Amino acid sequence: MSSQVARSGAATSTKIRGPKRPAGTLYRGREGMWSWVLHRITGVAIFFFLLVHVLDTALVRLSPEAYNSVINAYKTPLLGLGEIALVAAIGLHALNGLRIILIDFWSVGTRHQRLLFWIVIGLWIVLLAGFVPRQIMHIFFGGA
Amino acid sequence: MTTIDAPRTPHTPVTKNRRVNWEKWGWLYMRASGILLVVLIFGHLFVNLFLGTGVKQVDFAFVAGKWASPFWQVWDVLMLWLALIHGGNGMRTIINDYAHGRPRQVMLGLVFAAVAILIVLGTLTLVAFDPCPTGADPSLLPSFCPASSK
Ligand code: HEM
Repeated sequence: MSSQVARSGAATSTKIRGPKRPAGTLYRGREGMWSWVLHRITGVAIFFFLLVHVLDTALVRLSPEAYNSVINAYKTPLLGLGEIALVAAIGLHALNGLRIILIDFWSVGTRHQRLLFWIVIGLWIVLLAGFVPRQIMHIFFGGA
Repeated sequence: MTTIDAPRTPHTPVTKNRRVNWEKWGWLYMRASGILLVVLIFGHLFVNLFLGTGVKQVDFAFVAGKWASPFWQVWDVLMLWLALIHGGNGMRTIINDYAHGRPRQVMLGLVFAAVAILIVLGTLTLVAFDPCPTGADPSLLPSFCPASSK
């Protein structure tokens, strides 16, 4: 009997449709979420690069020729741009890592997490402004 | 009147839980190693990629010149261990977030194996490094080798 009542009750009540997109919250879609997404993606990317980088460095034990021929690939224009991406990823991960540490240990870090995120972005742009022109100079106009 | 525990009251009373809290130490390790890695990695990038002719200066002789100094040997071995364990532990967190059951176990095993193998390989590379291998092309050797033609 009681289930009958519940069923008819459900049939007569108007349905409430959920919002098409998830509603924003303090966190979702904002600086907090994007810093987390970027930290994750850059962390994984750096990890896989590190696996390759330890292997190519280990070639010094094989012979100078083996090491030089593989490391020369890093000097091509394509991988020269790859190094810009690598520095950009490490720079963002490192600066945002320091932001995470400030949020965890600094008494007012959490309150200012949003400002800290934009400081991270600012310092990251400064870092790249220092590195990118120099790298382009080395790769496209440098000797050797 | 019924009462409820204060928020975040541990399920097991803290005083009775005498096992090592590995997750806590892992959490702390991510932060401590992160701070050290900022210095180690940016110093590494600055010397190898920014100073001099940048990436174009890197070759066998360049590496041999750096590793002739205990300073760079210690620097690089610290960076190797700290970064691989930091990255491996971070990968563990991510795998635990998205994977379950057998795939999770396999992926955790792969990350662990990769980290362990590369720590051993990388440490051996540094410790057993010979800057002047006999019979090598003299033009590729650092200038301090007797056989060098630089
Ligand atoms: C340059 C200095 C670095 C700093 C300051 C730093 C900082 C951090 C911090 C604070 C965390 C958060 C841990 C947590 O949420 O409990 C983290 C996570 C992580 N880091 Fe780093 N890190 C650095 C370098 C690296 C390197 C070299 C790698 C790769 C080998 C790496 C890979 C990761 C990964 C995969 C995670 C997990 C991300 C996640 O859980 O979403 N990090 N890092």
